[in-house]
Amino acid sequence: MIEIDQVSKSYGDRRIVDRLSLTVGAGELCVLLGSSGCGKSTTLRMINRLIPTDEGSIRLGGEDVASVSPEALRRRIGYAIQSIGLFPHWTVEDNISTVPRLLKWPEARVRDRVGELLELFRLDPRSYSGKYPHQLSGGEQQRVGVARALAADPELLLMDEPFAAIDPITRDALQAELARIHQTTGKTIVFVTHDIDEALRLATMIAIMDRGQIVQLGAPLDILEHPANDFVRAFVGRQGLGLKLWSVRKIADRLQPGETAEGEPLPLDASLGDALSAMTARHTDRIPVCDAEGHKVGVIALADLSR
Amino acid sequence: MRARGLLGSPILWVGLLFAALLLRMEALQPLLHRAFPDIEPLIYNRDSFLALFLSQLTLVAVASLAASLVGVALAVFVTRPAGRDFRPMINALASVGQTFPPAAVLAIAVPMVGFGARPTVIALFLYSLLPIIENAVTGLEGVPHGAREAAEGMGLSAWQKFYQVDLPLAAPVILSGIRVSVTIAIGTATIGSTVGALTLGTPIFNGLVANKLPFVLEGAVLVGLFAIFTDMLFARLERWLRPPAG
Repeated sequence: MIEIDQVSKSYGDRRIVDRLSLTVGAGELCVLLGSSGCGKSTTLRMINRLIPTDEGSIRLGGEDVASVSPEALRRRIGYAIQSIGLFPHWTVEDNISTVPRLLKWPEARVRDRVGELLELFRLDPRSYSGKYPHQLSGGEQQRVGVARALAADPELLLMDEPFAAIDPITRDALQAELARIHQTTGKTIVFVTHDIDEALRLATMIAIMDRGQIVQLGAPLDILEHPANDFVRAFVGRQGLGLKLWSVRKIADRLQPGETAEGEPLPLDASLGDALSAMTARHTDRIPVCDAEGHKVGVIALADLSR
Repeated sequence: MRARGLLGSPILWVGLLFAALLLRMEALQPLLHRAFPDIEPLIYNRDSFLALFLSQLTLVAVASLAASLVGVALAVFVTRPAGRDFRPMINALASVGQTFPPAAVLAIAVPMVGFGARPTVIALFLYSLLPIIENAVTGLEGVPHGAREAAEGMGLSAWQKFYQVDLPLAAPVILSGIRVSVTIAIGTATIGSTVGALTLGTPIFNGLVANKLPFVLEGAVLVGLFAIFTDMLFARLERWLRPPAG
């Protein structure tokens, strides 16, 4: 889907991105993770050419992004940012319609798409379409911001710390929503954050960046279990590492199949952390597990969590 | 509901008072006679007040329109990446225009362009430029950074970004600059009468020269109402333009 090939960017003497290569397959949610100044935002912004590259090439679906006009390219790529950037003088509907209108979709199709997206983000179209951004809470604004980024059904969605300025409870809800939307739409997403927990929760692949380079690329669990070097080890944090692992590992592979237990079942894709949390709250050491259809498939036990 | 809102608004009453005095100043004859029993005539009658007003309106409109177009264009230029370096220069030039007294501009302009309306328009134009440029720059720079970045990231062209995002968001601030400069220009235009332009200042200077206080009063009251009424109109327009964020 995206192939970033030996890309560099310098400002003066400072090399912000240094011969970086990265390939993101279709449907992946790739998180660029690193502390501020590591070049993750610059890398992201080179994909939609908000920042020109000094050297190297970026291909989108096999096509060099430099061969398309920046405007045409950006209309094919969704873009959501930390400051959200809704147009304050436009209604929610007009904001979401921005790119479809640039692409000259027929009005009826634009309207249908806005309704569809508002419903996807669980905002009632009847009450939200006509509202202005200042009438929305921060979380609602970012929902509209992401809806706007998805409006023209882009091949790729770029997100630059979209939830960093949002309160923790709302952030949690938005992350859950993004995970759901990623699953249902199958969009390729490149997501920049400095928040390791956010990365672990959302990513299908994580690229940890330091000084303009990728120091480790892998699945979340992979990075926690096999940090490539001291930098990664320090970044993912030795403290609480066990809990982080538990938040990533699913109960599916710790299951005792065929057994049963009392109580509300957990879904198969719940994490070990979810299971521990439920056991603590219910004062039990065994919890039933069900599959997506709601059939009980087994039991997760306290002793199995740390196996 | 609408009619009541209009009746209750001062703009209607100021407008009516202004129109009444403009057309029927002689109605004040008895009142003025009581205050100035020895002066004859009491009402300035060399030109009609309506003609003076229309002439002044034209002067102010031409100068303000030109200053608005030039001022906003310059502000747009210095807030684009290409023009950023010119910003201090444009600011300095506009400040000079502002500190130069209009009377001095008239004195310099008359030998070059002659008497009448032309030097007055030049003086008003120069004098109006600074508030317009300053407000327009403030307005354009006050456009939320996030909105501009999002606009660019979504693929709006430079021109689309300007007229769909920058301009509407800066419009209320730009307009308040124009409002200030127009209001000042209405007052300042009266000195154009010293170089032969017809304005509501003509009776004022005439009255001062001929020692006829009623003429001064008539001119001054009309100019004052003209300025207040115009200011109120702009206030309406501004409220209408302001984004719903309030």
